[in-house]
Amino acid sequence: MELMTAPSIAEQPTPKAKSSSGCLRPHIEVENLNLHIQNNHILKNINLAIPDKSITCIIGPSGCGKTTLLRTFNRLHDGSVDVKITGKLFVDCEDIYDKDAEVTHIRKKMGLLAQRPCSLPMSIIDNVVYGPRIHGVRGRRKLYAIARHQLNAVGLWEEVKDRLKSPASKLSIGQQQRLCLARGLAVEPEIILGDEATSALDPISSKTIEELFLSIKDKYTIVLVTHTLRQAKRIADYVAFMYMGELIEFGTADQVFNHPKHKLTKEYISGGFS
Amino acid sequence: MLKGRLLKDKIARHYMLLATILSIFILFLIGGGLLIKSLPIIREKSLWTLLTTSNWRPFKGDFGFASYILSTLYVTGIAIIIALPLSLLTSIYIIEYASPRILRAFTAVVDLLSGIPPVIYGVWGTLTIVPFISEKLAPHFVEFSTGYSVLAGGIVLAIMIIPLIISILIEVFSAVPKEMREASLSLGATKWQTVKKVVIRKSIPGIVAATVLAISRAFGETIAVLMVCGNFTDLPKSIFDACYPIPALIANNYGEMMSVPRYESALMFAAFLLFFIIVLFNVISRLVLIQIDKRYQL
Amino acid sequence: MKKLEEKIFKFLMIGSTVLILSVLLYILYVIMKKGLPSLSWDMISKIPSGGFYLGKEGGILNAIMGSLYLIFFSVIISLMVSVPVVMYLNFTLRRKSRLAAFARLTFDVLFGIPSIVYGAFGFTLMIYFGVQASLLGGIIAISLLIIPVMIRSIDEVAILIPNDLVEATKSLGATNYETIKVITRQLLPGISTAVLLSIGRGIGDAATVLFTAGYTDSIPTSLSQPTASLPLAIFFQLSSPVEEVQNRAYAAALVLTIIILTLSFAARYFSRRLSKNKI
Repeated sequence: MELMTAPSIAEQPTPKAKSSSGCLRPHIEVENLNLHIQNNHILKNINLAIPDKSITCIIGPSGCGKTTLLRTFNRLHDGSVDVKITGKLFVDCEDIYDKDAEVTHIRKKMGLLAQRPCSLPMSIIDNVVYGPRIHGVRGRRKLYAIARHQLNAVGLWEEVKDRLKSPASKLSIGQQQRLCLARGLAVEPEIILGDEATSALDPISSKTIEELFLSIKDKYTIVLVTHTLRQAKRIADYVAFMYMGELIEFGTADQVFNHPKHKLTKEYISGGFS
Repeated sequence: MLKGRLLKDKIARHYMLLATILSIFILFLIGGGLLIKSLPIIREKSLWTLLTTSNWRPFKGDFGFASYILSTLYVTGIAIIIALPLSLLTSIYIIEYASPRILRAFTAVVDLLSGIPPVIYGVWGTLTIVPFISEKLAPHFVEFSTGYSVLAGGIVLAIMIIPLIISILIEVFSAVPKEMREASLSLGATKWQTVKKVVIRKSIPGIVAATVLAISRAFGETIAVLMVCGNFTDLPKSIFDACYPIPALIANNYGEMMSVPRYESALMFAAFLLFFIIVLFNVISRLVLIQIDKRYQL
Repeated sequence: MKKLEEKIFKFLMIGSTVLILSVLLYILYVIMKKGLPSLSWDMISKIPSGGFYLGKEGGILNAIMGSLYLIFFSVIISLMVSVPVVMYLNFTLRRKSRLAAFARLTFDVLFGIPSIVYGAFGFTLMIYFGVQASLLGGIIAISLLIIPVMIRSIDEVAILIPNDLVEATKSLGATNYETIKVITRQLLPGISTAVLLSIGRGIGDAATVLFTAGYTDSIPTSLSQPTASLPLAIFFQLSSPVEEVQNRAYAAALVLTIIILTLSFAARYFSRRLSKNKI
């Protein structure tokens, strides 16, 4: 299996310049990223640029490393002793793996939606305002307003407005995932990361979450790992295909699904393996 | 052939049921037996007198348990005050901050040492803690202390229950799902904030359970405390004074109890008191845990 | 400000860990330091002569043998009760049975009752039945003490046996008793661990034997004779004015500690083996 060269910058959609910080790179840019767990080479020389304010789906068979890659974006591997990461990862032109990089402010920029909705052991409203509180926001009215706004944004407000103080664990799993999204949005991130965010949900809740992503993509850069091609076809603007730890192909959804360049991509898309 | 098998099965069933009923019965047997033995003195002296007076002159017929009860409370209280914070801090460190190797090594040490019998702690306490208090610590605070004191009892007891609390807390903290921690970290919280606001919060039922178990254990511990507490009946005025917790009372006087009327009953009452308090405590904490679970569904 | 708080707590946490570790290891050190010089072949092979409290000669064989006898019979009795109980709760009664829940609650409570209560109660039983302070008395009290320990320990592993295994055996036409025989074989490592834990608990406990087993210089030759035990050997001889007697106490402490540590090691070994062979 030949090591596929990374798609050249010319093939990638033009990144939008971030005028406020003068940053010319795409929102997230991965440069020669390699990840080893003990002696296993899990991510092999990844080079990837995630475009702004759109939905990018990372697809690939199970075990290809897509979740591992996603978790490098907000440095979730930090706690693991066996993991070694080399290379650079730029978010807003800051290399987050730089020695002096400060991790909490990087993570604040990103909201993570995990596979199994994990509500914190507190009430619904405390869940939503957990992030803002951590970052110093005070005042009951202010926090209430934030909670209301975000719960509205995810369509939960009507369902929970009368029981904001009850434990979040009492919600159904679909509601909990929406709560987690509201919680993530409350810290005003720029990027939303989804790790198979709908795979544990029933079809209706899945659809709701997908529609939410579509409705907010003009304000956030969204990167989703999805396990189903159908989901990617439904909502992706851009698609990255990974196989055995390498990035095989990257392009717009139309390009990858309808005119795949690489043989493996073609095979995967036509259902050859999963 | 089948008849033989069925017969064996029947016998086995009966035996198992018998064993089970008997085992359950032990609890009531103990409670009932001790209570019956205590009745003579309760009838004679009234529960109120027994519990609130501190006159202890068996030969005169005075049996006031108050100072023993208080001694027990003091020693247990000091033990918990020392043990709980230390155990919490250590467990959090081991689970959240230390490397897996340290975790394994530490749990191994704690496991091994948690089996050490109380009498050994008592020996060590007499050799190390008592002189320390008498020579190094007490002179700063009081005029004189033999070292055999409430504080000695409390310290020895604390060291005894720390491995117990730690082993429970380690399990409890390990049970907090990884995803929960990650959710908090992903929102930009620091590790410490995550520990404070998520891990500890989620573990509250476990922490309560560990505390209850530790208090139960401390309350009833006999031999280790007996060896270092001084066994002096007067109410201790400071932690450097000698004291006389209930288990020590029972242990020290069983030999004499047959010679004096009502003495045996008094000591059995003391045993019953211990039994009753601990059972009550266990039941109440169980109810509290159920309530916490219902209300907060952590 | 946040950073400062984190730093302070981190310091406290590490400090507390180091403190606890040092104290525990220091205890072992002191016991060894005091006991090792007195530990000799004579010490563990002879009984004390001239009275255990004042006699200078001899060793602690009385206590060693006494403890071994006490724990041996107690474990046997306890096994005869605990194993059937656990089998009944887990494999005969329905899983959700109320009797099972009530039984477990009772055993949890019994587990938490201090050993002095068992000693006092054992004493009461002895008086009632006219038994003197003796080997038998000690066995009764220790058995009562370790039954809840053993039940809990075996129950912990029995509960893990998946229902399918039980049902598979039953669907082959086995009676309940035969099913249990099969399962018991599977639970042997768990039962061994439980036995080791119970020995640890029972052999070191002083309060149970204080009233019930008596104390003596010699090794008992029948159940109705009083017997020495290691915990009491330590307790009684420690406060003797005679140095040789004190040394016997330290030696006994060391012997007891070594026994307990060996048991702990063995228990850990067994429970590791148990988890390796899980279905």
